[in-house]
Amino acid sequence: MSATAKIALRGVTKSFGPKKVLQGIDLDVAPGESMVVIGGSGTGKSVLLKCILGLMTPDRGSISVDGEETVGFNDRSRARVMRKFGMLFQGGALFDSLRVWENVAFGPIQSDGMKAEEAREVAVAKLGAVGLGPEIGELFPSELSGGMQKRVALARAIAREPEIIFFDEPTTGLDPIMADVINDLIVKCVSDLGATAVSITHDMASARKIGHRIGMLYEGRLIWQGPVADIDRSGNAHVDQFIHGRAEGPIQMQVRKL
Amino acid sequence: MNIPLLTVLGRMFLAFLQATGAVTAFAFHAVRQAVQPPYYRRQIVSQILEIGYYSLPVVGLTAIFTGMVLALQSYTGFARFSAESAIPNVVVVSLTRELGPVLASLMVAGRIGAAIAAEIGTMRVTEQIDALTTLSTDPFKYLVAPRLIAGIVTLPILVFVADIIGILGGFLVGVYKLDFNDAAYLRNTIDFLQFQDVFSGLVKAAVFGFLITLMGCYHGYTSKGGAQGVGMATTNAVVSASILIFTFNYFITEAFFAR
Repeated sequence: MSATAKIALRGVTKSFGPKKVLQGIDLDVAPGESMVVIGGSGTGKSVLLKCILGLMTPDRGSISVDGEETVGFNDRSRARVMRKFGMLFQGGALFDSLRVWENVAFGPIQSDGMKAEEAREVAVAKLGAVGLGPEIGELFPSELSGGMQKRVALARAIAREPEIIFFDEPTTGLDPIMADVINDLIVKCVSDLGATAVSITHDMASARKIGHRIGMLYEGRLIWQGPVADIDRSGNAHVDQFIHGRAEGPIQMQVRKL
Repeated sequence: MNIPLLTVLGRMFLAFLQATGAVTAFAFHAVRQAVQPPYYRRQIVSQILEIGYYSLPVVGLTAIFTGMVLALQSYTGFARFSAESAIPNVVVVSLTRELGPVLASLMVAGRIGAAIAAEIGTMRVTEQIDALTTLSTDPFKYLVAPRLIAGIVTLPILVFVADIIGILGGFLVGVYKLDFNDAAYLRNTIDFLQFQDVFSGLVKAAVFGFLITLMGCYHGYTSKGGAQGVGMATTNAVVSASILIFTFNYFITEAFFAR
C-alpha cells in the first residue's frame, strides 16, 4: 500500500452468487485528490463504493482508510471511520419524513450530539453553501425539484465537514445546466473542505469537471486509470469507446437484434 | 422436468428453516440494540403515538362489536339450557383472555405491521437506510428498536382499553336488548373476573406487540427491488404477524391455563 494513500484497495473481490462483480480491484486515492470511477451500467461501480463505505463486505481483499484496515471492523470501529465519510446518494436518499433542515442537521444532531438550535444554524449555512435559502429548510423533500434535492443531499453530505466524500452518480436524472451547477458545487465544496473525493459516474462531462484522476471499471476490473488530461489519449480501446459513447467497439452490449 | 415430491418438500423445509434462522438472528440483534444506548426517545414517543393512540378508534370499534356479538350469540346458545345468567361471565372471560388480545393485535397487525413494512421497505429501496449508516446512525437503533419498544409498551394498554370497551359492548346488549338487570350484570362480571384472566391477556398483548413490530421491521428491512418488493414486504409482514399471533396465542394460553 502507498504510504500516502487516504484510501487504498488491494485485490478487492465481490460476487453475488455466480456473478463476479468485482474481480481484484487495486486503487489508491491520495489525500485531497478527487478520483472518478467511470464505467457502464452494471459494471460494479456502486458495489465498489459500497465496499469502501462498509455498506457491503468484500469477499476478499483489503480496504484501508488512513492506513487502517476497515474490512472486518466491528460496529464501533465502523462508526468511528464513518465519521470521516460523507456520501451523496444517486437518488438523494433524503429522509422524507423530516424537513430539509432536519435532513441536513441529522448527522450533527444524531451522531455528534449537537443541540438542535446550533445544528439548525449549521444546516442553514450548508444550504447557503449549495445556493439554497433558509426558507427551503422548512420544506419537505417531496416539495423540491430533482436538482434541489441533489443540492440538499450535497449539503447533508458536507454538514459534518467530512474528510472523504463519496458521490454516487451525482448528475444522473438532471438536465445539462443543473448537472453543471451540481458539478460546480461539488468542486467548490470539496475544495473548500480540502476533502478527498471518490465519485462514480457514467457522465463524462461530470467526470472531466470534478475529477483529478479517472479510472475505468469494466467487467469487475479497473482496466485503466490516470489523470483526467490523459483520458483522451489512454491508448485503451475500451476507454475510447466509452468516453466517445460509441456503440461499436470492444464493449458489446447484451442486446437482441431487432 | 419431473421433480420428486420429497425434493420439493425438502426444499420447502430448508427454506422454512433458513427464514426462521434469519428472523431469529434479526430479532436477537434488534433486541440487543434496543437495550443498549443511545436511545432515540423522540422516535420512541412518536411510535407509541402512532401504534397506540392512532390505533384506538379501530381497536375500540372492533372491541365493542365483538362484545356485543358475543353477548348476543351466547344468549342464543345458553337460552336453550336456561343458562342466560352465565352470559356476563362468558363475555368477560372470552374478551380478557382471548378475543381482546387476539382481535386487537390482528387489527394492529393490519394497520401498523403493514405501515412499518412499507415505511422501512421504502427507506431500504431508496437508500435511506444506507444514508443513516453513512451518517453514523445505526438503523437498528434508530428505526427498529423504537418500534419494538413501542409495540411491547402500547399493545397491553390498547388491549386493556379493548377489554373495557368490549365488556361495555356486552353490557349494552345484555341490559338494553336482553333485559338483564344492569347491577346484576355488572356484579356477575366483576365476581367472575380473576386477575389472571386480565394478566394473561396483557402478557399476550406484549408478546403480540413485539411480533407485529418485529415482522414489520424484518420484512421492510430485507425488502428488495422497487415498488413490487415493498408491496411484497407489506403483505408478508401482515400474514406472518397474523400466523405468529395465533401460534403464540396457543403456547401462552397453554403456559397460563393448562392443567
